[in-house]
Amino acid sequence: MIIHVDQPVVEVHDLTVTYERRPVLWDIDFTLPGGILAGIIGPNGAGKTTLIKAAMDLVVPGSGFVRLFGKSLKEVRSKVSYVPQRRTVDWDFPASVYDVILMGTYPSLGLFRYPRKAEKELALDALRKVELEDFKNRQISQLSGGQQQRVFLARALTQNADLFFMDEPFAGVDAATEKTIIKVLQELTSHGKTVVVVHHDLQSVAKYFDWTIMIHSRLIASGPTSQVFTPELVEKTYGGKLDLLTEVAHLLQTEKLPPRED
Amino acid sequence: MIAERLAEFLSFSDPILLSVTLGVVLLSSTSAIVGTFTFLRKQALVGDAVAHSVLPGICLAFIIGESKNPIYLIIGAFITGWLSINLIHKITKTTRLKEDTAIALVLSVFFGVGIVLLTYIQHSGIPGHSGLDHILFGQAAAITRSDVHVFGMVSILLITSVLLFYKELKTTAFDSDFARSAGMKVSFADLMLTTLTVLAVVTGIQAVGVVLVAAMLITPPAAARYWTHDLPLMIILSAIFGAVSGFMGTLASYVLPNMPTGPWIIVTITGIAFFSFIFAPGKGVLFRLYHQFKVRRRMLTENVLKDMYMAGEKRGNHNNAFTLPEIAAHRRMHKEKLQSGLNKLYLDRFLKKDENGWHFTISGLNKARRLVKIHRLWETYLTRYVGIAPDHVHDDAEAIEHYITPELEKKLTDELDRPEKDPHESEIPYD
Repeated sequence: MIIHVDQPVVEVHDLTVTYERRPVLWDIDFTLPGGILAGIIGPNGAGKTTLIKAAMDLVVPGSGFVRLFGKSLKEVRSKVSYVPQRRTVDWDFPASVYDVILMGTYPSLGLFRYPRKAEKELALDALRKVELEDFKNRQISQLSGGQQQRVFLARALTQNADLFFMDEPFAGVDAATEKTIIKVLQELTSHGKTVVVVHHDLQSVAKYFDWTIMIHSRLIASGPTSQVFTPELVEKTYGGKLDLLTEVAHLLQTEKLPPRED
Repeated sequence: MIAERLAEFLSFSDPILLSVTLGVVLLSSTSAIVGTFTFLRKQALVGDAVAHSVLPGICLAFIIGESKNPIYLIIGAFITGWLSINLIHKITKTTRLKEDTAIALVLSVFFGVGIVLLTYIQHSGIPGHSGLDHILFGQAAAITRSDVHVFGMVSILLITSVLLFYKELKTTAFDSDFARSAGMKVSFADLMLTTLTVLAVVTGIQAVGVVLVAAMLITPPAAARYWTHDLPLMIILSAIFGAVSGFMGTLASYVLPNMPTGPWIIVTITGIAFFSFIFAPGKGVLFRLYHQFKVRRRMLTENVLKDMYMAGEKRGNHNNAFTLPEIAAHRRMHKEKLQSGLNKLYLDRFLKKDENGWHFTISGLNKARRLVKIHRLWETYLTRYVGIAPDHVHDDAEAIEHYITPELEKKLTDELDRPEKDPHESEIPYD
């Protein structure tokens, strides 16, 4: 079941992404309205991370495109924020919590300009929102997983974006952090901002997300959680027989065939 | 003799010596600054590959230009050095080969070609070829005043670039996906770092040569990382370490007979790195050993206190003296270990001793009671909430009891609703 909307904030159109010729995403096509908290769910290797990386132009799609606010990412970049998976960076980097959060203000500054009072206050504000005031000068390698995740969230907050893509912000965090993060995300959506989250915990889907996108290489469902988060669709996403698809993907890889005729 | 040379060196009365020293110090501190980012990007091996890859460039420049003019040589070195870095990235991106393989391939091919060219030059009879082989291990003594001017300009260029693009270099080094997603000039920062690395290598060759120059890039930041968690401070420290080793290298080669400058620079900087590795607070080996020792000793003394308390429970009072066998009855422990634990507790005045044996002091008894309480509370918690069988919880509690803070202790008591007895039916002692 795929429910489309008019005037979408996010439009993913016929998106196909391959990795070393192996298709990771097939023909993904959905739209998202603004002001919602949306969850992308699917089993391991379903292409969830690839999907938001494609939205952020971090992977090049084989075909199809993503439009944000009806425009290409390049035109609206300052309104979009991306939070990578916590484990993708080396937390032994010589920086404090405050240093990392302040990095969120760098992109808007452009070349040769450095944070002044305004940016610093933005960072302090974000620090408060994720409840890390006491850790401002803590070296980032000394943080727990949950605290690291909150640092990443705070960095995104300083970007003052209207649309957020977050990769597994709830993975491996403690209960207190989960509560803080969901509070911050809900506050964002209550201000009309749109948040798209890659998520792995089925237990909390119904509780957290207004909108759910289910993928397993291909799109299974996209729509309001109350309509699409059904046992049948979950079963189709996680348990569904995709052997044939996997086999074809493997064939494309070994035979060096392009996934599209062009 | 050596003292005389030392005095002569330190007076800097010889203008040539002054320019050599200045040149080397400048070189080594700037490559240390650039190297900080190479280090943080985990590109240390790439730096080494670049260093080896400048050799064919230098030789070609000499063959074509028939001159040892540093500008020619720098341009030649720059071209092949830059080519090598891009080749490594290209191979890693477009083939199935991993980065380490790409580095090894590029390094050996370029260096091999370089050596072939160098041998050709030496037998070709091109005028002025003598001394070119110094690019292998460097020859600081050959640095002239005009070289120092060139180094000075390169240094200023490098330091200004790092200052101007600090934000981009830092963000890209920490989280390049984020930087790219936010539209920061990541490819530009990469290009910048590549260029800066090649430039630092090319100038550094004068002093230490192709083979050792990577150490000048990487060792100073590696040493500096031990002393600080702050990036600006790390860069400054790295520059200082670089400068000191440059200075020491020139000094050693001047004062001691027949000593080369380059290798001495590397020996000094490695010495600094080694010192940092051992003595730096927090991250150094000594500090960690001391910390470990303290943790072990705390566990030992706490275990002794607990054993004494339980021995007291067994006989029904905690006030009389405890004999050694009584204390040792609870667990297998080496006699000397037990004795050293007791001595430490005595020094801390948790215990007193007289001819009958050991006694608790008031604070010793309180501490012992608290430890036993935490141990038993934790056992209760594990059986009740975590569902571990009562006969399996002892070892867990044995480790955890040393770490429970007073806050956790209170939470634990409240959560369990102040139980009277632990899973083994032993009474939990409250104050």
